[in-house]
Amino acid sequence: MILVGKDTKLVVSGLTGREGTFHGMNNRRYGTDLVAGVTPGKGGQDVEGVPVFDTVHAAVAETGANTSMIFVPPRFAADAILEAADAGVDLVICITEGIPAHDMLRVYTHLKRGSTRLVGPNCPGVLSPGKANVGIIPAHFFSEGNVGLVSRSGTLTYQIGNELAQRGFGNSTIVGIGGDPIVGSSFIDVIALFEQDPETELIVMCGEIGGDEEERTAEYIAENVTKPVVGYIAGFTAPPGKTMGHAGAIVSGSKGTAQAKAEALEAKGVRVGRNPTEVAEVATEVLGARA
Amino acid sequence: MDLLEYQGKILFRNHGVPVPDGKPATSVSEAVEAAESLGYPVVVKAQVQIGGRGKAGGIKLAKDRAETEQHAQAILAMDIKGFTVHEVYVESASDIAEEYYAAVIFDRGRKMPMVMLSRMGGMDVEAVAEEDPEAMRTVHVDPLIGFQAFHGRRLAFEAGIAADVIRPVGDMLAKLYEAFIAEDAMLLEVNPLLVTGDREVVALDAKVTIDGNALYRHPETAAFRNLSDEDPQEQMAKERGLTFVKLDGNIGILGNGAGLVMSTLDVVKQAGGEPANFLDAGGGSKAEAIVDAVEVILSNPNVTAVLFNIFGGITRCDEVANGLVTAFGQIDVKVPFVVRLDGTNDEEGRRILADANLPNVHVEKTMLGAAARVVELADAPRS
Repeated sequence: MILVGKDTKLVVSGLTGREGTFHGMNNRRYGTDLVAGVTPGKGGQDVEGVPVFDTVHAAVAETGANTSMIFVPPRFAADAILEAADAGVDLVICITEGIPAHDMLRVYTHLKRGSTRLVGPNCPGVLSPGKANVGIIPAHFFSEGNVGLVSRSGTLTYQIGNELAQRGFGNSTIVGIGGDPIVGSSFIDVIALFEQDPETELIVMCGEIGGDEEERTAEYIAENVTKPVVGYIAGFTAPPGKTMGHAGAIVSGSKGTAQAKAEALEAKGVRVGRNPTEVAEVATEVLGARA
Repeated sequence: MDLLEYQGKILFRNHGVPVPDGKPATSVSEAVEAAESLGYPVVVKAQVQIGGRGKAGGIKLAKDRAETEQHAQAILAMDIKGFTVHEVYVESASDIAEEYYAAVIFDRGRKMPMVMLSRMGGMDVEAVAEEDPEAMRTVHVDPLIGFQAFHGRRLAFEAGIAADVIRPVGDMLAKLYEAFIAEDAMLLEVNPLLVTGDREVVALDAKVTIDGNALYRHPETAAFRNLSDEDPQEQMAKERGLTFVKLDGNIGILGNGAGLVMSTLDVVKQAGGEPANFLDAGGGSKAEAIVDAVEVILSNPNVTAVLFNIFGGITRCDEVANGLVTAFGQIDVKVPFVVRLDGTNDEEGRRILADANLPNVHVEKTMLGAAARVVELADAPRS
């Protein structure tokens, strides 16, 4: 288990909004220790018994929250991330999609110099089955197990996770790192945590077109990771210059293609499934061979 | 959002980046009017955001009214690498002493803006990079500190540009960086960056891409139109708030979540089919959104079959099924549909489809099975 678990004490920025309430309460029902919400001007109210504060600082001081989930609209999200980091939480998980890239550039650069870890934005969150769920991942598909799953996409993660579940595999933790050009935690950051995590025996990474994170990750895996890694890349049919849904999913000229990413991973010994079903089959083979 | 040259130059002017005088025109008479007011000679430039306009005959010098008419007529009828020319930019001609290259790029790998300068401008950058990699100099800028004078000096000295323009070129780089930040640009390219016979430094071209997620704070930029890059079907999807990309094939695709849709396109291709589009109906797809999406997909006459690939998370499969039933009630559907529903409320969704007994709708349980089925149906002879 990594990032979220039984020690997580969650504060949600935007808890009083429709989506914030829906998913915040979902997370609480799953067993996540939801200790506070933050909405400026609504301090003193509560959402189904969860106290709401005007500032993240007040929420942290009163409740000891150590993890923040951001559920505010894109134009306010960078500010909310910076506020949570300034209030001293260890981990910020930002679900919001559509934050301007330049905002994230500044946020990323600032956070890198401090001690707060950011996951997302434009991500489905983090789920440690049986322990805690922070975000919008539909937890009922997943059970506890030994596969660590890290992905740039939400529904594709559910698809692959479900194919694994049908073959009897559960997950240590599922991490959606987000589909934006700039995200707080990279594949490398998360894989490094899985490498250290005793529960995780196999790592599945699910990438897509755009940028060069997968290529960098291939290098990192070759030099630093002892656990088996199975890969998947989406977007082989994506035409250059078109943004495929995620702001970060774009082939620029000849850069960022699925082909190049799959080849980079395979060159470093990572087995890459051609489709979600094949990923689950390869994972089964690898774990079966180890048993 | 990709801007046309003249739109990019409007942003440049607003940030003090020197550009030649010019006016956009959508007709021959407007082009002539623009040329007369600017004074000859002028350059008539096709407005499409694609490299190689000059080579394709899309940039022509005109010495007088007759030549302006002739060139505007020819260029306004052109198609350059698949982009139809709807507008020309008529610009005062510049005399050229040196041609350099400058750019500011959002370097997502390094997570910093990157400023670039080369003394070899006016040609394809990638060709230059191959021929003489040392010619392109780059610096990364800490976004919390910003572009400093030394960045400009360093680039100018290292790139080996003419000694007398080191300061003005450095100044231009600083202004380009300012524009890059202020306008939420992902790319800002000047090729060529010109030194005139009078040793003036001007941006002769402007290639600008703005972050679509930041357009809410740039209403004037958001209002720019780029007709050469607008597909009617993509426009229709945009107006309905759907994430849609048109492709060349014949199999219409709808899924929920960008990654799953990309994966669906790949799987259809692996099964031997050709996707006609990317369409992400989004998380929590409601019935109305499904009706809208079906209309958009079927507005492409090439589509011979449609695949719905849904893995319900927040999206509920029963909502999608209801949407499809509603859509079939409102639209005269002539092509087969393959529907794969998995995840939240999938059984309920499949029951709704079974009860509705829609003509030519085939339900599949797995993603691969659904892909194989839709390819088979798309290629079957139509009765």
